[in-house]
Amino acid sequence: MTKSRTLREQEGRAGLLLISPTLLITLVVVVLPLLWAIMLAFQDVRLINIRRAGLFGNYTLENFTYVLEEPGFWSALANTLIYTIAGTALSIAIGLVAALALREKFKGRTIVRASILIPYVAPVVAVAFLWEVMLNPQYGIVNTWLSEPIAFLSQARGTFLGVQVPVALLTVIAFEAWRYFPFAFLFILARLQAMPHELEEAATVDGATPTQRFRYVIMPQLWRIIALLSVLRFVFTFTKFDDVYLLTGGGAGTEVVSVRVYNFLTARDDIGASAAQAIVLAVVLVVFLVVYLRFFGKAEERTA
Amino acid sequence: MSRDAFERSLLRVLRPVTIAVLFLATAFPFFYMVTLSVRDIQELILDPGSLLPDRLTLDTYKDVLTRQGFLTFMGNSAIVAVSSVVITLLISIPGAYAVARLSFFGRRQVHFLFLAVYLFPAIVLAIPLFVLFTMLGLRGSLPGLILVYIAQTVPVTVYMLRNYFETVPASVEEAAAIDGCSRISTIWRVVLPLSKPALMATGLYAFMIAWNEFLFALLFLVERRDRWTVSLGLSQLAGSIEIPTTVLMAGSVVLTLPIVVVFFAGERLLTEGLTAGAEKG
Repeated sequence: MTKSRTLREQEGRAGLLLISPTLLITLVVVVLPLLWAIMLAFQDVRLINIRRAGLFGNYTLENFTYVLEEPGFWSALANTLIYTIAGTALSIAIGLVAALALREKFKGRTIVRASILIPYVAPVVAVAFLWEVMLNPQYGIVNTWLSEPIAFLSQARGTFLGVQVPVALLTVIAFEAWRYFPFAFLFILARLQAMPHELEEAATVDGATPTQRFRYVIMPQLWRIIALLSVLRFVFTFTKFDDVYLLTGGGAGTEVVSVRVYNFLTARDDIGASAAQAIVLAVVLVVFLVVYLRFFGKAEERTA
Repeated sequence: MSRDAFERSLLRVLRPVTIAVLFLATAFPFFYMVTLSVRDIQELILDPGSLLPDRLTLDTYKDVLTRQGFLTFMGNSAIVAVSSVVITLLISIPGAYAVARLSFFGRRQVHFLFLAVYLFPAIVLAIPLFVLFTMLGLRGSLPGLILVYIAQTVPVTVYMLRNYFETVPASVEEAAAIDGCSRISTIWRVVLPLSKPALMATGLYAFMIAWNEFLFALLFLVERRDRWTVSLGLSQLAGSIEIPTTVLMAGSVVLTLPIVVVFFAGERLLTEGLTAGAEKG
């Protein structure tokens, strides 16, 4: 039988054979655990009774009702949204400005470019610790520049120019913008450098000022990459755990859902409730993505 | 003055100012990190506003590496990162080749799977893996952590490598096949030597993920101090009041330096790979 196998069949077999390690590891470490996480969200499980809770244990909606009834969850979800939208918008805006500023060659551009990339490349634990030290109210360098020290990371509210502001949440957002604008910068700069110069030159000859060239020539060519960046940054930030956990531990009004998931899992040892919150978080994320893609997919059709 | 002339002169001022602000905002914190790591804690407390140390000391590094155990942590991180790189490459090279060159059942769906894994939130995955590893007694073991890192990087590295393999002309491979190379030896003798830059970029990417990662290291290793990675070690010791901040700063230099060196050594390769494949962060 094997002799009569065609080349196409052989190729199909070889392909499956070569891809199988990849598929196997994603299946075992990503897909199956995900399914299990969904099951855990519908079971009353703790680490102590996990062995008794088998696959076909008692399924219940209790975790969800419990989790959704806690006021802490809704404020965490609100924080997550504010943090994600502000962090995404700021990092892309700063990345755009940086890319435009570094577009043309100048002396020392390589060094400035390298410096801009470091916050993104450096380990999150190191930069979070660095911010903590720099913002420390007792010996932080930033507070020595201020007339009155501010506890940036441990103060939930403060007044700025007579307006109440959420200090710690704003600081965490600033961290997010600082750490991830290089990501947007890289993408936008790559796009800018791939643009043909002729269009801009033609616009200049026609008398377009720099802001007009930006508005009518450059921006239309950047919308696609900015839309893509918004999706990527939104998805990554929405479920991000490290940054907030390391900076504030979720205190001072900065608790986001992922930190809550972690606390329920470890400190409270409530696996079911932890999984239920993670699932709600993922569902909210998917809803946002679908709405966004509908909206932008339509906008794209209109411009095309 | 015309609008055009006004805007041009305004930009002539704004552009260098923007560049200077960006440079300061990114370079200053790291400059501060290094200067803080080479001074005595007394000096910092007495004069927190000073930028340069009066007296240089390297005792902070000695303290953090030996007494605080950062040498062990670096060893653990190195084991985790290097094994992740090697195994990720071993798995993703054949995988990427298959997706790039061979038509097999489900090839199109594979793309979708990779994208889903790439965008998939780690925090959701953390729960079942934490429970599973606790049940299997794998918590506190480095191989368990390595397994998770590989699963998180492989979808992206397959994608990165596939993009490159597709640029290798098929005719070169056909020539090798006619000369009697089997499929495996074609990959080994023809495709891989032509793909060195992509392999480098992929390896660097896997290394950075494994060296920088925090959440899974925290969940799996926190109770075993002798197994801590550098990231986990710094985050755990940062809360302690007994260890001087300057010593911990030395620790964060030790944590940051390898990754910055690795990144800039392969920067051109990586940023090309990143903007083509998009990094997770």
